[in-house]
Amino acid sequence: MKVECLFSGFGGQGVMFAGQLLAYAAMDAGLDVTWIPSYGPEMRGGTAHCLVVIADHPIGSPVVMHPQVAIVFNGPSFDKYEPLVAAGGLLVVNSSLVPRSSTRANLTHVRVDATQIASQLGDTHLANMVLLGAALTARPLLPLPAIERALDAHLPERHRHLLAPNKQALAAGAEVLTSP
Amino acid sequence: MPKELLKGNIAIAEAAVRAGMQAYFGYPITPQTELLEYLSARMPELGRTFLQAESEIAAIHMVYGAACTGVRAMTSTSSPGYSLMQEGLSYIAASDLPCVVVNMMRGGPGLGNIQPSQGDYFQMTRSAGHGDYHPIVLAPASVQEAIDFTLLAFTLAEQYRHLVILAADGQVGQMMEPAELPPLLPVAEERPVWALTGARGRGKNIISSLHLRAEEEEIANQRIQARLLTICANEQRSTEYATDDAELLVIGFGTAGRIAYSAVEAARAKGLKVGLLRPQTLYPFPEDRLSRLARQMRSCLVVEMNAGQMIEDVRLAVAGRIPVRFYGRMGGMVPMPDDVLTAIEEAYALHAAVV
Repeated sequence: MKVECLFSGFGGQGVMFAGQLLAYAAMDAGLDVTWIPSYGPEMRGGTAHCLVVIADHPIGSPVVMHPQVAIVFNGPSFDKYEPLVAAGGLLVVNSSLVPRSSTRANLTHVRVDATQIASQLGDTHLANMVLLGAALTARPLLPLPAIERALDAHLPERHRHLLAPNKQALAAGAEVLTSP
Repeated sequence: MPKELLKGNIAIAEAAVRAGMQAYFGYPITPQTELLEYLSARMPELGRTFLQAESEIAAIHMVYGAACTGVRAMTSTSSPGYSLMQEGLSYIAASDLPCVVVNMMRGGPGLGNIQPSQGDYFQMTRSAGHGDYHPIVLAPASVQEAIDFTLLAFTLAEQYRHLVILAADGQVGQMMEPAELPPLLPVAEERPVWALTGARGRGKNIISSLHLRAEEEEIANQRIQARLLTICANEQRSTEYATDDAELLVIGFGTAGRIAYSAVEAARAKGLKVGLLRPQTLYPFPEDRLSRLARQMRSCLVVEMNAGQMIEDVRLAVAGRIPVRFYGRMGGMVPMPDDVLTAIEEAYALHAAVV
């Protein structure tokens, strides 16, 4: 088993943290994992992305051209990565900020009104967890409780008061796919 | 110790602390700034020396001074900063001082950019500054190796009283992976007998790189060359994958080496007899192992994040026995496994053409 998972959006949307959380959960599950950020001269509001590779054997390259899973938080990320998702892959789109839909027939396309859902939960910054919850429901790489445990262990001290809302956001993302 | 998810830069910094580093001097430069930033808090916490110098030139000369007193000293930088350090590195080497220098390479030449590169291979392996010598150069490809080689760097530096360069690139510095740190070792209390510790009650120790009489300078050079012979005999390190029945040998170090690993895996899945040799020491280059492997191969393919630098060492080791081909990206571009696979398939197809 080897899966590459790309997270891409504006700086400040929690793109890097969502990827790190997946990486922590994978490590805690005994899997091999790499997390690599874009580290160009980006700043808040610029584009940022990270790539997480998870495997049950040693990982060679931490970079790939065609990730199997892409979670895009904004329009520019959609335009850049929608054509690159591997055939048979999963594309999760924040439909609050991306009005366009994929016309590709060879991938699973999931649209989640993530920023809107996060806003209803009280903080638009929770959109990253909504998208992660939806992605892991569409493709269960790791169970959601594993992500919750990673949140317990690794949510930064200054965001500790947001632990419960983060978990609610994960569940809300999952619900988008499970609700009829 | 349990595994932690660690970023390469932080892992090297903490590994150096646990190896007993007593003094760190540096100047910030992307993509290694987190290393310095981490140590700016961690070193004072342990009562050790952290000093942000006014430039890389100052930083390396502070390392030089600290090393003269026999303490474990280190600096870290990235390519343009490494260029600035050349004079100090040469003086350190000529003075037989154990020092560790981290070069987290980025795109160049010139100011270049901050993306990962392996463009400093020549600059690190051929010499460091002027003169006639080589530093020991270690090339980690993962966060775990970055930790292990940081410890090894201090060990080798002190064992041989020689300069050791930890040669990584921006990707190793920025990547997070599960890795295990060593326990915190106690700082050495004893200073080496050669160290400048104040001569009260003993004869003078002199550490100098100045030998005005050519006869003496030649003797100093002979001493360094004799040491390098021992280092070449004992310290060649490499790792390999699927070489047993391979006919094409892919060779890459650091980040290019692990990307090549994925490409070799994919080539094997297609039934191609391809193996990988990943040098872990760039100096001494693992020429003994490569020379032996070359006897069973029909050709080799060198993969680097530069225009072809390590390929010169490969050609020397292979000594014309098999064709040596090349795939590389430059300027901070990282090769993709698919592109390396294509290069493998092209090189492999040429075997059939020869028959």
